[in-house]
Amino acid sequence: MNGTAPGSIRGASVLLADLEKKYDRTNAVDGVSLDIRSGEFLTLLGPSGSGKTTTLMMIAGFETPTAGDIAIDGQSVVAMPPYRRNIGMVFQNYALFPHLTVEENIGFPLKQRGVPKAERAKLVGEALELVQLPGYGGRHPRQLSGGQQQRVALARAIVFKPRLLLMDEPLGALDKQLRENLQLEMRRLHADLGITFIYVTHDQEEALTMSDRIAVMNDGKVAQVGRPEDLYDRPCNRFVAGFIGESNFLPAIVRSLEDDIVVAECEGVLVRALCPARPATGTQVTLTTRPERLRFADTLNGHAPQNRMSVTVTEAVFAGERCRYMLRAADGTSMVLKEPSSAAIRRRNVGEQAEIAWSVADTILV
Amino acid sequence: MPYLLAAPLIVFMLAFYALPVVAMLMRSVSDPVWTVANYAALPDDAVFLKTFANTFYTSLIVTVASLLLGYPVALALVRAPRWAPLILVLIMLPFWTSVLVRSYAWMVLLGRHGILNEALMAAGLLERPMRILNTPLATQIAMSHILLPYMILPIANALRQIDPSLLRAASGLGSPPWRTFLQVTLPLSMPGVAAGVLLVFVLALGFYITPAMVGGPREITISMLIAQRVDQLDWAYAATLSAVLLATALVLIGAFYRLPGVGNAFRMNAR
Ligand SMILES: Nc1ncnc2c1ncn2[C@@H]1O[C@H](COP(=O)(O)OP(=O)(O)OP(=O)(O)O)[C@@H](O)[C@H]1O
Ligand SMILES: [Mg+2]
Repeated sequence: MNGTAPGSIRGASVLLADLEKKYDRTNAVDGVSLDIRSGEFLTLLGPSGSGKTTTLMMIAGFETPTAGDIAIDGQSVVAMPPYRRNIGMVFQNYALFPHLTVEENIGFPLKQRGVPKAERAKLVGEALELVQLPGYGGRHPRQLSGGQQQRVALARAIVFKPRLLLMDEPLGALDKQLRENLQLEMRRLHADLGITFIYVTHDQEEALTMSDRIAVMNDGKVAQVGRPEDLYDRPCNRFVAGFIGESNFLPAIVRSLEDDIVVAECEGVLVRALCPARPATGTQVTLTTRPERLRFADTLNGHAPQNRMSVTVTEAVFAGERCRYMLRAADGTSMVLKEPSSAAIRRRNVGEQAEIAWSVADTILV
Repeated sequence: MPYLLAAPLIVFMLAFYALPVVAMLMRSVSDPVWTVANYAALPDDAVFLKTFANTFYTSLIVTVASLLLGYPVALALVRAPRWAPLILVLIMLPFWTSVLVRSYAWMVLLGRHGILNEALMAAGLLERPMRILNTPLATQIAMSHILLPYMILPIANALRQIDPSLLRAASGLGSPPWRTFLQVTLPLSMPGVAAGVLLVFVLALGFYITPAMVGGPREITISMLIAQRVDQLDWAYAATLSAVLLATALVLIGAFYRLPGVGNAFRMNAR
């Protein structure tokens, strides 16, 4: 705040250090450390009960951590009450004040900051403009649709130009079409405002399309942090591989190591996989690949990926834009292969033997 | 036919409540001959006017007192769940005790040699015992105590229906707790306040036992006046006063229902 002109605000940086929240029986958040950069769109993604909301509530100040620290722009805020933190927040149920009009709702944070009435009206008007609801100022929240209420909540959270915006599943209650529209709007807002967004969702597609970085949470811990493509291409553990997108898991035994590549025996053949760690020869490991990165070997002319395996087709499903095959490997492990559908490609029949191939870069040891 | 299920009650109410009330009210216009003279005389009836004013004044004081005392208790009941059972018992225990017993208890407390006077004198705050019993103040204290639950429960109900995330939202948007109370909690609890005020005021209008026992001899209420006239077998006058009291209560209830949002509150509370 402090009279910063609009457009020139920079997002806050947020540092979570070994953050912990214990309730009687559960460790809702169990040692979360995250370094969120100024202006970043960071998403907390995880299954129900993984501690996303609790983490967000601690940043906002509604819950007190049982251990660890939260620093905003390098300053610890753990002892600061929520009303002094100057953080915008959008709740899952919007939490609009039912007794106030849309205008009064959006003007609420300005009023708390002593912004004079005329200035307030101007800023509220601009905010309504920004969320594409001009002319709705006089209505009460109950006279708005879910999507409109969501926009009002958003306008209220950004009208006082906070440098950090927290959102807890803000689109969770909306239908798919509206959700996709609002996702685009959020991205646009993020780009326009330049402030830091921390966004909570359990919808991986939403996380992948919107975020600069995603922190995947599981059981109160951060399972992996990274850019969406990193998480998708290089999941560092089985949970992340299974939670984001679809994955095949192949049990294997490490046979040898070459630079940053592991050669492992899997279903009777040798398979190469990327691996930053250096597991000892003979260790039991799991390899993972994405179904759409597997190919039937006979459809590949010329360039041949290094990993190959013989399989039997056990199920074939035509799903419009792609065909989906269930395969069984020699030792009985089942795998999924997705192939873009094309009239030019021969469709496989159940029971057919086939050779599949995929590249080393798409094989990760987890 | 679910209405049939209510039939026994309806018959009972008609036979033992509605008919006697109507018969009683009829006396105000038919005893000894058909006339509206009883009503026409009221505007010039000094005793009636003074009593009516006193009844209204007492009800007003009692309503304000129970609102001021009851609101914080209702808030504690909802916001301090750990203490809620204890608070609830403290509210309901007197509620389950007969009004007569409680009025006697207030006589013991407020009397010339009652516990309050003794305590004040022991503390050196008073030299001679103060006259509290048989004054309007005694009526106001005892009635407020008796009617407090009718104020607390509707307010607590309204407070309980406030979504806690609204309070968080207010705080997150920069409002310190006391401002959140004024800007969010208080306005959203108004339906409960209105319901409590209405209940207490209307019940207070008809109070008899307590003012008769602990109140002053000169500051009588409408109910006491009715009882006096019944004792004197002046049925027509008693019936007229009853009709006025009933009409006043009905008008108040009707007016409250028309307040924006309040009618809904009653329906909401019924759920
Ligand atoms: N007030 C509380 N008291 C006790 N346990 C709690 C409390 N709040 C949360 N928990 C527990 O902490 C864990 C994490 O909860 P949290 O609400 O942070 O999950 P989440 O990731 O937001 O899940 P969802 O996607 O379902 O919203 C859960 O196991 C939950 O039961
Ligand atoms: Mg949650």
